[in-house]
Amino acid sequence: MLQKYKKPTLFYPGHNACSGCGQNLTARHVINTLGPNTIVVGATGCLEVTTTKFGESAWGVPYIHSLFENSAAVATGILAGLSFKNKNLGATLSKVSRYDQREYPQVGPRASLPNVVVLAGDGATFDIGFGLLAGMFERGDNILYVCFDNEGYQNTGAQASGSSTLGADTTTTPSGKDSTGDDKMKKNMIAFAVSQGVPYVATSTAAYPKDVEEKIKKALEFQGPKYIQILVPCIPGWGIETNKTVEVARLAATTGFYPVLEIINGVVTKVLKTPDQKPKIEEYLKLQDRYKHLFKSEEGKAVIKRLQKICDANVEVYGLCPTCEEHEILMQYKL
Amino acid sequence: MKKLLEGSQAIAQVVNLCRPGVISAYPITPQTHIVEDLAKIAADGEASFEFVRTESEFAAASVILGASATGVRAYSATTSQGLLLMTEVIYNIAGMNLPVVLTCANRAVSAPINIWNDQQDAYSVRDAGWIMFFANDIQEAVDLHILAFKVAESVGLPVMVNMDGFYLTHTVGEVDIPDQKLVDKFLKKQSRDLGSFLDVKNPKTFGYLATPKEYQDMRMQLDAKIKKAKNQEIKKAMQEFEKVFGRKLSLTREYKLKDAKTVFVSTGSIFGTTREAVDLLRLKGKKVGICNLNLLRPFPDDEIVKKLKGTKKIIVLNRAISLGTEGILTTEIKKALYGKHKIEIQDEIIGLGGRDIRVEELVNLV
Repeated sequence: MLQKYKKPTLFYPGHNACSGCGQNLTARHVINTLGPNTIVVGATGCLEVTTTKFGESAWGVPYIHSLFENSAAVATGILAGLSFKNKNLGATLSKVSRYDQREYPQVGPRASLPNVVVLAGDGATFDIGFGLLAGMFERGDNILYVCFDNEGYQNTGAQASGSSTLGADTTTTPSGKDSTGDDKMKKNMIAFAVSQGVPYVATSTAAYPKDVEEKIKKALEFQGPKYIQILVPCIPGWGIETNKTVEVARLAATTGFYPVLEIINGVVTKVLKTPDQKPKIEEYLKLQDRYKHLFKSEEGKAVIKRLQKICDANVEVYGLCPTCEEHEILMQYKL
Repeated sequence: MKKLLEGSQAIAQVVNLCRPGVISAYPITPQTHIVEDLAKIAADGEASFEFVRTESEFAAASVILGASATGVRAYSATTSQGLLLMTEVIYNIAGMNLPVVLTCANRAVSAPINIWNDQQDAYSVRDAGWIMFFANDIQEAVDLHILAFKVAESVGLPVMVNMDGFYLTHTVGEVDIPDQKLVDKFLKKQSRDLGSFLDVKNPKTFGYLATPKEYQDMRMQLDAKIKKAKNQEIKKAMQEFEKVFGRKLSLTREYKLKDAKTVFVSTGSIFGTTREAVDLLRLKGKKVGICNLNLLRPFPDDEIVKKLKGTKKIIVLNRAISLGTEGILTTEIKKALYGKHKIEIQDEIIGLGGRDIRVEELVNLV
């Protein structure tokens, strides 16, 4: 079975994610980029459930799942354990203090010490584990935190999370006579991470595996906490065709709705430009059942207009259009 | 070496002697002095452990879970609301067979909010799969911590050492803090089996998903493991402890029990007060004794049956209650004695939320 894969993988086939799953597809790219010298902390969620059934683990690296909300703190504990074990080996560890907030030097890849990486969904990150993630940021722990963002509690049947978007029809924000779906804005975790002095913050989507790989590699060059948030379409939760994962994930970026960014030490250093003919938000929405009610009422159409405004604002703020002038965007107040 | 120390200070010193790799804790009364002293030991460069400050007890418990999963010795301390906030992780640590050690400076739980001593906190997590010791005095608390690391690592399960908040954490007494050499001799360097911790050279998956096909078997294995520990690893460690340190630790602590017709049964520092009550009652010619439990999980059923043979009546001094039934320890004792001896069992709830337990009060119970 394994021989049919030309390249060796650290994410073995046979897990039971849905066909077309954006998360497990991206997770494979992430883990194969990280390589074997990596310890993964997984939060409860689809990725964990589909890959860790007793006796059938898909992971080729050491993997630990504790609870839904505590991955960031478990990762800190692992890092502390490794620091203790490698006291004599790891001069780098003590020299570059995990607790020093102001200096996050770019030290380049370190071969000897394992990468400690959290792989968590948006429910675990935006909502239930938010406090613990904030604690990890504050401590300045040398951990890469990757959030696979599928904009809801998809594992439990597509309930709304703090990451769900305006207008999304979820099982806890259903559309109806008096409802156009979720009436809340998506929580801005990127701005939060930047505000906490996280030296490397980036976004991407499942449509850009090369971009994901580059960002993972780049992130590892930084000491301190790193936060990468990747939009990963959910087939049943979003109500999309199994062959539309990449298309939907691409439209999320090209419409400007989910800007693909890289922010280093509070400065936006790289953005994915929108095409000359920027697709309208409707192009993105119409492929997904979670937004289909918006096309059926005046109130819904008003929501679509608001969503378009979000896209346009992103284009302006981050300079996403091809002709937009490159300009430095300072997201963080510098001391 | 004998020193005059506050209970918390003694615990911090002895924990450091046990050479933990990672300590993580969050401050809460009456546990604070323990973490403060440990942080100071680290700040003064007298420790080799990594001290991780967290934003909650929930995070602190998660940190020691992660640390222990890398194969290093890990420790935390908490109490009351802190322990309850940790609860989800407490169960998780046991389910993952991680040998962490935690001090619980026993305190009442909210509401109403109350920072003083009883043992509702620890008793509330008795089903989680932790080995649970209770100390009768400061010296015993010190000794039980050394024992705890040994037991945790030999069984492969977490151990909680309970010591009454304020009564044992904030009082000053003469304590024998053992030499580092003796502690090293007793504990040795922790060595975990290959494949039982996170290791890039031997990648394993921890915290996996178990289906209805396997789950019950796994839980029953955990139950068998903790039960077996009483007569094997715990007793063995106690024997070895006596050999190395010259002090005796046992599953129960007795006072004038031999000919007693009425016996007080409890856990924790109430032992001292009860002893005075027994002396007074003995002067009046009443055959009274004490059988305090040093171990709540695994429950020492056989020992209880043996020790209470010939007793007419036992008075269970409960420091925790299962609301809607009775004192938790009463139920436990009844279960142990069921079908064994015909003994009258008196259920007493006493000293909740730090209410003073007076000698006369205990005398009047008989």
